[in-house]
Amino acid sequence: MKVKTIQFKCDESLHMKSIAILIKKASVFESRIWLTQGSRKANAKSLLGVMSLGIEDGATIEVSAEGSDEAEAVDTIAAYLSNPTVE
Amino acid sequence: MAASVTLKSIIDEFNLEEITSFGNTDSITITVADVTRPGLQLTGFFDHFGPDRIQLIGNQEMAYLAHLSEEERLKCLDGLFSKNIPCLIVSRHHDVFKEIVTCSKRYQIPLLRTDESTSTFMSSLIKHLNVDLAPETTLHGVLVEIYGEGVLMLGESGVGKSETAMELVKRGHRLIADDLVEVRRVSDTTLVGQAPEIIRYLIEMRGIGILDVKELYGVSSVKMQESINFVINLELWDEDKIYERLGISEEYTEILGIQVPSITIPVRPGRNLAIILEVAAINFRQKQMGYNAAQALTERLFGNREEV
Repeated sequence: MKVKTIQFKCDESLHMKSIAILIKKASVFESRIWLTQGSRKANAKSLLGVMSLGIEDGATIEVSAEGSDEAEAVDTIAAYLSNPTVE
Repeated sequence: MAASVTLKSIIDEFNLEEITSFGNTDSITITVADVTRPGLQLTGFFDHFGPDRIQLIGNQEMAYLAHLSEEERLKCLDGLFSKNIPCLIVSRHHDVFKEIVTCSKRYQIPLLRTDESTSTFMSSLIKHLNVDLAPETTLHGVLVEIYGEGVLMLGESGVGKSETAMELVKRGHRLIADDLVEVRRVSDTTLVGQAPEIIRYLIEMRGIGILDVKELYGVSSVKMQESINFVINLELWDEDKIYERLGISEEYTEILGIQVPSITIPVRPGRNLAIILEVAAINFRQKQMGYNAAQALTERLFGNREEV
């Protein structure tokens, strides 16, 4: 189990799209990846789950992963959340 | 995670009159679902007293206070308020003694009033607190209602939970939550699930996108909340694993400390999960009603009443 806490940055107009990209990035990994905001936790591979967190600009998010590629998964997701850019 | 409710939300919910108000009802939180009628405490007996509970006084306590002298009244009320209680509620719209107001101001503890009778108010307050303070968790899964049974599907992403839910809706069952289910333990035996408000009645299907089930199929296809009677764990078919063939053994999945009956269903392309889930739900109901087909078969095979 690997955990990393980051600050989410987002431009509102990119919000939906950046979540979609996040899901895509997360789905590549074999590990289970979770995003936690306050008392809520969502599967990073689930679009509706991540949307239901209602992540806003500046929010503190805890990224955690468990599985064979957990270290890489947490790094990739945490890096993306701290600087989401539409590709 | 310890749940709590603010005193303000209780005042708003029950429309309580604020006899004294210090602007602190937002910061006073209630964490226990019990309510005390502080009869014994007014006499000065504080063993086993729970100062974190809401205090409620009615006819009896008021009558007791009425027969005391002003000085005694102030002393026994001071004893109660000095325990740092969250608030004092007076029922039946009783007129309050000025000593109660004095103590309320002295300790900055809100004094509230309701028109309702003490026991009626007490039971609705406890019921409200029980729901709001119930332990809560969020699970990654899909909650559907099949033939009246609340069925929670759990399993990895991409195993086919959402597609199965969609097919179940088409077959006349109801969707409660897709992807993320908020589960509350409302009593020691009951779990209730619902969807987070933002994604209520939405389903995500790979290749199509987000669908609004309520808009597409109407109100009869969705439900706001449902108790969780049964858990179905979906997992990819594992050639090395032996799956249940008879249906005799009992399996449980623990959620918030409650053991929920469950089964594990192996998923393989071409298996019609919706039909399997329908069958599982009916079979579960039948077992609840006391009939187990596998047991009936063993009885037929091995004569009367022989246990396996």
